[in-house]
Amino acid sequence: MTAVTETETTGIAVQQARAGMPLHHVAIFVALLAAGLVAPFLLYPVFLMKVLCFALFACAFNLLLGYGGLLSFGHAAYFGSASYIAAHAAKVWGLSPELAILSGTLAAAVLGLAIGSLAIRRQGIYFAMVTLAFAQMVFFFSLQAPFTGGEDGIQAVPRGNLFGLLSLRSDFTLYFVVLAITLGGLLLIYRIIHSPFGQVLKAIRENEPRAVSLGYRVNRYKLAVFVLSATLAGLAGSTKALVFQLASLTDVHWSMSGEVVLMTLIGGMGTVFGPIVGAAIIVTMQNYLATFGAWVTIIQGCIFVVCVMLFREGIVGVIAKWIRKPL
Amino acid sequence: MFELLGIPPQALFGQLLLGLINGSFYAILSLGLAIIFGLLNIINFTHGAQYMLGAFVAWMLLTYFGVPYWGALLLAPVLVGIKGVIIERLLISRLYHLDHLYGLLLTFGLALIIQGLLRNQYGISGLPYAIPPQLSGGQNLGFMFLPNYRAWVVVASLVVCLATWFVIEKTRLGAYLRAATENPTLVGAFGINVPRMITLTYGFGVALAAFAGVLAAPIYAVNPNMGADLIIVVFAVVVIGGMGSILGAIVTGFGLGLVEGLTKVFYPEASSVIIFVIMAIVLLVKPAGLFGRTA
Repeated sequence: MTAVTETETTGIAVQQARAGMPLHHVAIFVALLAAGLVAPFLLYPVFLMKVLCFALFACAFNLLLGYGGLLSFGHAAYFGSASYIAAHAAKVWGLSPELAILSGTLAAAVLGLAIGSLAIRRQGIYFAMVTLAFAQMVFFFSLQAPFTGGEDGIQAVPRGNLFGLLSLRSDFTLYFVVLAITLGGLLLIYRIIHSPFGQVLKAIRENEPRAVSLGYRVNRYKLAVFVLSATLAGLAGSTKALVFQLASLTDVHWSMSGEVVLMTLIGGMGTVFGPIVGAAIIVTMQNYLATFGAWVTIIQGCIFVVCVMLFREGIVGVIAKWIRKPL
Repeated sequence: MFELLGIPPQALFGQLLLGLINGSFYAILSLGLAIIFGLLNIINFTHGAQYMLGAFVAWMLLTYFGVPYWGALLLAPVLVGIKGVIIERLLISRLYHLDHLYGLLLTFGLALIIQGLLRNQYGISGLPYAIPPQLSGGQNLGFMFLPNYRAWVVVASLVVCLATWFVIEKTRLGAYLRAATENPTLVGAFGINVPRMITLTYGFGVALAAFAGVLAAPIYAVNPNMGADLIIVVFAVVVIGGMGSILGAIVTGFGLGLVEGLTKVFYPEASSVIIFVIMAIVLLVKPAGLFGRTA
């Protein structure tokens, strides 16, 4: 009896997923677009682009953690290596920015496929350790590989002309390109979450043995979401390389992996819009506290502790509870 | 003078010794992680910070209170262990009913706080800690020069690891511990205070990490970042060995240290990634780990 009702509810969820976005989500996306269009007239564009890149990075990470239930502690590997490849493509190969971003993103996808297919062989806490260890391997590789420039990184990456036409030298022009990339990425993530594929992912997250017994090839779904998440993290990383014209070891360091976990946690795991809020908060905090050195680390640590102990739903999670609608 | 595959014996045995020392730290740290994971079901990300704290407390005891190495070797693990007990009681114990990942995130945050505070106070350049006078100098073994202190580190770690193994596998206390790992509710029903046992186990695991930190202090400079990079390698060691067996953790730790040392001799470029490569191979061949039980 219960089985029947549950199939029915899943059926309804799938139907809803196919019916399109609920109205309040449309409203939020429109508000985000409007805010994105107005913001560069009020705030410093480079700061805003940093927020956008990290928002996309955090949303990509949240796709894996919040919807796939897989905690990767090594997402800096995809963000950082994409950043290196995009920078190298733009600077040494002389590719145009869209191709540079594409090659960085592809590199992250390949890396995600390689690491993901090994990591999904272990579950739970081991999965986190395996991803962290592989990310550290990527870090050591970036430290020693000849093309990454070691401690200096790849500096003075040219932004070039978009499609050979539009010069991206001005921060203002680049901002709108980054805005388009980020919103495109967010809509794609939204689509993935609310597709039948996303529903199966949720089923696996909630009860893996049951999903297996229903005949789903769980490992394929896990690998697919892992690669998607790595690819989108790579898109964020490549874009970041063009924005700052720099790819460096910071992007592949484990502390970067920690930061993206923190953004997702503070904004709300498993919410569509939470990681955006989290990214905005953490990037703003880093900007204001940049001169205080190690205090940034201490405050980030304190936020981790407070979030885990008292505030596990995150900001958007709490709001979603208030208004009783998923966000 | 004989040569082995074109490598002078001093270099070969020197690196092997260094590998054995790193292996001792891998063994002690992964042992602590395994014990804590067994009973608390969390991965203690703070383990690296607690190892670093052990070295720092030893340095502080010497600098501010004049406590020599031997005093610190006993006192630092106790102090850091007490700090661990406080953290377990105040914070970690409130998370047992939740998903594993919250324990990992909490201890990661704690590690950031500890590292950040020490970096603020002492910088990242590293503080020197002298080798105790009783252990300075070394032995000439003919084929290599063996510094006394390094020999002591290997012997002390082995003794501590084997003692831990003995307590857990062969004593009544260890039997309670293993039983509580299997089924805490049942053990509690027999009148054993499981929450207190959990707290003390965490304290003991942390004290082990601090002990390794004190041993490391005279070899590596005392530095706020010394634990962060080490703990990630130790995670790989734990994945390779599997956390099911105490003896397995010890053997894997020492073994991987040796392999790393050998790589430094024959192919130095790969020495920093060799353990991760081994981890990839183990995941392909035997996903549960060399000594792991499939869940």
